[in-house]
Amino acid sequence: MDQNNVLIDIKRVSKAFPGVLALDQVNLCLRGGEVHGLMGENGAGKSTLIKVLTGLYPRDTGEILFEGEPFSLSSPQEAADHGLSTLYQEINLIPALSVAENIYIGREPMRFGRIDWKQINGDASLAIRKLDLDIDVTQPVSSYSVAIQQLVAITRALEISAKVLILDEPTSSLDLAEVAQLFKVIRKLKEDGIGILFVTHFIDQVYEITDRITVLRNGAFIGEYETQKLPRIELIAHMLGKDPETFSLEQTAGKTQQEKTKTGQTLLDVKQLERKGSMMAFDLTINKGEVLGLAGLLGSGRTEIARLLFGIDRSHKGTILLDGEETVISSPRKAISHLFAFCPENRKEEGIIEDLTVRENIILALQARQGIFRPLSGRRQSEIADKYIELLDIKTPSDSQAVKNLSGGNQQKVIIARWLATEPRFLILDEPTRGIDVGAKAEIQKLILGLSEDGLAILFISSELEEVIACCDRIAVLRDRKILSELSGEAIEETNIMQVIASKDVNQ
Amino acid sequence: MSQVQWLRSENFQRMLWPLMALVGILLFNFFFTPGFFHIEIKDGRFFGSLVDIANRAAPVMLLAIGMTLVFATGGVDLSVGAVMAISGAIAATVIRPDYVKGVLEYGEVQSLFLVLSIPLFFSLLAGLWNGLLVAVIGIQPIIATLILMVAGRGIAQLITQGQIVVFIHEPFQYIGSGFLFGLPFPIILVLLTFTVTYLLTRRTGLGLFIEAIGANSIASRFMGIRERMITLSVYIFSGFCAGLAGLIVCADIKAADANNAGLFLELDAIAAVIIGGTMWGGRFTVFGSIVGTLIIQSLTTTILTRGVAPEVTLVFKAFVIILVALIQSEKFRQLFSNRMAGEKVRTS
Ligand SMILES: Nc1ncnc2c1ncn2[C@@H]1O[C@H](COP(=O)(O)OP(=O)(O)OP(=O)(O)O)[C@@H](O)[C@H]1O
Ligand SMILES: [Mg+2]
Repeated sequence: MDQNNVLIDIKRVSKAFPGVLALDQVNLCLRGGEVHGLMGENGAGKSTLIKVLTGLYPRDTGEILFEGEPFSLSSPQEAADHGLSTLYQEINLIPALSVAENIYIGREPMRFGRIDWKQINGDASLAIRKLDLDIDVTQPVSSYSVAIQQLVAITRALEISAKVLILDEPTSSLDLAEVAQLFKVIRKLKEDGIGILFVTHFIDQVYEITDRITVLRNGAFIGEYETQKLPRIELIAHMLGKDPETFSLEQTAGKTQQEKTKTGQTLLDVKQLERKGSMMAFDLTINKGEVLGLAGLLGSGRTEIARLLFGIDRSHKGTILLDGEETVISSPRKAISHLFAFCPENRKEEGIIEDLTVRENIILALQARQGIFRPLSGRRQSEIADKYIELLDIKTPSDSQAVKNLSGGNQQKVIIARWLATEPRFLILDEPTRGIDVGAKAEIQKLILGLSEDGLAILFISSELEEVIACCDRIAVLRDRKILSELSGEAIEETNIMQVIASKDVNQ
Repeated sequence: MSQVQWLRSENFQRMLWPLMALVGILLFNFFFTPGFFHIEIKDGRFFGSLVDIANRAAPVMLLAIGMTLVFATGGVDLSVGAVMAISGAIAATVIRPDYVKGVLEYGEVQSLFLVLSIPLFFSLLAGLWNGLLVAVIGIQPIIATLILMVAGRGIAQLITQGQIVVFIHEPFQYIGSGFLFGLPFPIILVLLTFTVTYLLTRRTGLGLFIEAIGANSIASRFMGIRERMITLSVYIFSGFCAGLAGLIVCADIKAADANNAGLFLELDAIAAVIIGGTMWGGRFTVFGSIVGTLIIQSLTTTILTRGVAPEVTLVFKAFVIILVALIQSEKFRQLFSNRMAGEKVRTS
């Protein structure tokens, strides 16, 4: 690699927010033709560094050189003009606009002084096909799932011809096939000499795609490493700030928990539930004290099942038996009154309320169930919030911080906290560990298993197969909006699940 | 919360600028308008410029209280001025039912209960109409309430048949020009409405729910908050506040003027809410809106007492509104601090 080919050189950059030193003398050196991993726990300062680099936040001190020249941006627009293309962590698409419009917004091709829609739509379908995605680009993005929205946002970033491509957790909602496709594109860009900064919490992906890694911890610069020369366990140790020895012990301790035998009573018995156009008729039983996983590819109907069970979408046919009694769940409010809880995958649109504080976000669902006239006292609110901030290790200067000021992973923890605070009987988790770092992920998985041991029924959805396998007692495998089969006990294995997903449907 | 924490807290920061603007205007008058702070007690009643400002601002304060909640849910109620006109028109018609038929002598004196309750009932109905359009049918609030803003004034004119209905009704006139505990009755009404609103929103879960709905209605629904019910109620409440304001104006001038009652006051109310620091969809402060209204009114009074032509008043008003709104905007402050930070980096 050419030592002189330094595109971006960040030197001793610091950035403080009230109560938080988000970046403390951070260095980062990005070269052309490399994929550079930026790693660190939730709240380490990765996204902040990217926002400082691209002019979204002003830096407090330090220096940034772009191709050797001092470089200071005051807006993301300027960043684009300089050849920096960025995908921020929180997907910034405009829900009401079409996929094509979202990809080309701000730089629409013109023809005779007018926007050339035909070309936009044509180009957009071509662009999106590079990621192996085949969707109708004239539909509004809001009509697509989070994973597809993420792919659209990636496409938008890729379509800006740039010298530097910055991707902040682009793969958080994607499954293996899409990641592989994305990496193919990234490798090609790398050959073209583009410098790519890549943030992720997936250790496998870092080792697959990056050349070098910069690690941050609590806003401090820990070091820069050649990926090939850095053993995984050491990388994790650098991120968490723990001795590799103690850490590897912990890992194995977490694993032994998996083996458990449960014979819980049935909580939910779903019979031939169907919603036309979104989910074909399916049966499902969910037992107390059991984690039931849903596995399947993008668009296979996992989220649709969750939405049906939580009353967000109405079913057209079929029945739900709750404790053996037929129950109509016609709205989230009804579901909550039966002590259901639903942690949605779309954190920004359906989960957090950005302007409210961490405390308010945590107690809101509980307060909603209690109703308007039985307010939780200020003291009680703080008690609950502080309990979960500690339990889930949410990084925030105080419980009265606005949630939008938390890092992505910590926002995710707030949503989990909100639903745990309602002490549900049935917990639906749709991608609960999205954007959560390795250490915390293990903690949350442990927490989930612990809760199920106490009798909580859990429906667990994740595009990460490993996680599903680690957490679930039974797994329903889906494809094309249909449940194909159910695996349990010994049969829960990656190869088995993949086989079911790939198998040809006998009926067709 | 410790005192330092409170000074740093979001709520206080939000209130800081409006309060400073108000203090600024009052200080200006302290130095340049003789006798501005003079308050006289006559027959156990307070008189003076300050009381006068608060009294004049009372109708808009009521509108602003209702508007604050509507604003917090991410809506706006353009119809409040028209609802004021309707409410006044109905009150006058209840007092003199045959006026529009040309019968000029008074019949029996109507009971105060009817004179108050009938207009308020129809104001609630107006609010319900707005609420249904917004919360149930899902029309954009601006458009939904525009309907009644335009049609409402027409309805008021139909009620009065285009005439200015004058009346005499001592008990009712008390609403507009009476005194209680030494203060003009409209001020008492505002204090009462404010207190009830405050208790209802901040001593229950309602305020938080309103803010949650405004900031993210989908997430709120997923949490089991009754977002439709609450949105609907908020518009009904705004209608009620407008009706009350309409009664004050009508009782004060002893006439129902369908053309001019409450004309453009929706704009003052919206301005007051924005100046006061309520977010469009999110955090609200009813107290801030009261301060906002006082800023607008004291500014108007100041300009008038300085002998500036009334036409220029509007320009001044616009200027101050823009200024305070800019200071309120986080973006603007950020831009400002960015510039400062930029300077620092460059010079270092
Ligand atoms: N606008 C802001 N105001 C106040 N604090 C902020 C703001 N943005 C970030 N922070 C704080 O700065 C720290 C770093 O946040 P950042 O988003 O950079 O973390 P991250 O490394 O991207 O984490 P994650 O993996 O969870 O996305 C966090 O403690 C966060 O609370
Ligand atoms: Mg981040």
